[in-house]
Amino acid sequence: MEDISIQICGIGKSWGKVRALHDIRLEIGKGELFGLIGPDGAGKTTLIRILASLLLPGSGTASVEGYDVVKDYRKIRDITAYMPGRFSLYQDLTVAENLSFFATIFGTTLKENYHLIRDIYVQLEAFSNRPAGKLSGGMKQKLALCCALIHQPQVLLLDEPTTGVDAISRAEFWEMLRRLKTQGITILVSTAYMDEAALCDRIALIQEGSILKTDIPSAIPGDYPRRLYAISAKQMYRLLKDLQQMPAVFTAYLSGQHIHFSLNPDFPEPGLIAMLLEKSGHEGIQIREVVPGIEDSFIALMKGESV
Amino acid sequence: MTAPAEAVITVKDLVKKFGSFTANDHLSFEVYRGEIFGFLGANGAGKTTAIRILCGLSVPTSGYIRVAGFDAFTEAEKIKKHIGYMSQRFSLYEDLTVFENIRLFGGIYGISRKAIRERAEELLETLQMQAVRDTLIGRLPLGWRQKLAFSVAVFHRPGIVFLDEPTGGVDPITRKQFWEMIHASAADGITVFVTTHYMDEAEYCDRISIMAEGRIIALDTPAALKKQYHASSINEVFTRIARNA
Repeated sequence: MEDISIQICGIGKSWGKVRALHDIRLEIGKGELFGLIGPDGAGKTTLIRILASLLLPGSGTASVEGYDVVKDYRKIRDITAYMPGRFSLYQDLTVAENLSFFATIFGTTLKENYHLIRDIYVQLEAFSNRPAGKLSGGMKQKLALCCALIHQPQVLLLDEPTTGVDAISRAEFWEMLRRLKTQGITILVSTAYMDEAALCDRIALIQEGSILKTDIPSAIPGDYPRRLYAISAKQMYRLLKDLQQMPAVFTAYLSGQHIHFSLNPDFPEPGLIAMLLEKSGHEGIQIREVVPGIEDSFIALMKGESV
Repeated sequence: MTAPAEAVITVKDLVKKFGSFTANDHLSFEVYRGEIFGFLGANGAGKTTAIRILCGLSVPTSGYIRVAGFDAFTEAEKIKKHIGYMSQRFSLYEDLTVFENIRLFGGIYGISRKAIRERAEELLETLQMQAVRDTLIGRLPLGWRQKLAFSVAVFHRPGIVFLDEPTGGVDPITRKQFWEMIHASAADGITVFVTTHYMDEAEYCDRISIMAEGRIIALDTPAALKKQYHASSINEVFTRIARNA
């Protein structure tokens, strides 16, 4: 198939008794911005490291741009760029030195491929003589991305690039990824933050080494198994505890300023809930039906429901 | 929250300078008992400087600052004793067991051995962690560690607990449970002062303040801020404020 960039066929990996990955199957198209969404310990890093040829899979096969991640590991390293979750540039080299170092390793020069990183590098140029260790979190991420791009990779593997970075820098980082995508680069990016799912073309939700679901982000909430409601009242914590005690309530949890809850099948309407809550002394109750978010779907999937 | 709001943190015209650089430029705000107060701002906005002062770790240049009834200039040591602190980066010793961590922090805050033992059992029961009492922290899943770290931070029953980016990277169910614990503590009258880079978390707070360039630009309930900035989320409010700064 010509339009497949990354193909993962039944990849598994264990560390002793701990199963880090189990039968992962994914196809990622060329030029796709694909999100691997899941908490710490879900297996995101293990999968990305296997794709980057830095770790051998325990079972299954995977290919990137048609090259096998085990047999063709040298080729894989030429055509991919891997940005680890931990800042992995040389802290005591300056911005410019780091860039020229990575360019040299890949047999190229900053000059030759400047066009690839220009958009991002202009924001760093004023700091080109600053040691990388002295940059802010957002700046470090930009430099790491520049270093990853300097050898003109066809595939970018980004492991939690936005963890610990402030909201503005994160938004900027995602804008950069969208621009790179227009150049035809395939991007696989992992994140623990559900709200970043919407920024991807497609996502896979991953938990305890298994993929729970793969789809376009806007489609996932559509498959939510029940109607979901948001409720608020004066005493939110008491409201939560009371809801969780009610036999009619299937699930109830905090979601920002509201509590999200759904009902057991025998109780189709939330009106009764409001009445019961009023009787037990709650004031200012407001209930409305809401469209489930990625987080709601993830929770349902984690509880073993089919979404 | 019940009847008249009682301020447990009062900050008036807090200024902190490092040489010619003003990190905190006349901050003024109050935090009330039992409130969950979100303290937001981009990297470099001056949050850490302010938190260090509120925790008694740094002396302000000028201003009037009282935390848990004590003055930030003259009673910093008393402040430290009456607050709790948890950060994502470091909170528990990985090479000590669950119980050893509890005993260590309880001891540091001067709680008697007997009280530590009693409260520890209570705590382990509430967290349903009796089975891992003698397990090293490093062997526990991140979500468990976070819940335990929070419990340890409020183990000496402080009036205020500071949470510095507490919830990175856990699964959504664990994160919800963590925020449930925070709400439970707030309902018990503990004031929660929290910083986060994640704007969806800001929505869990009763009120939030947003800092930019050393000043507080906005302070209100999440709902009121969204209304004021005609935004659908706190993320939008934050982006607008930080970009205009």
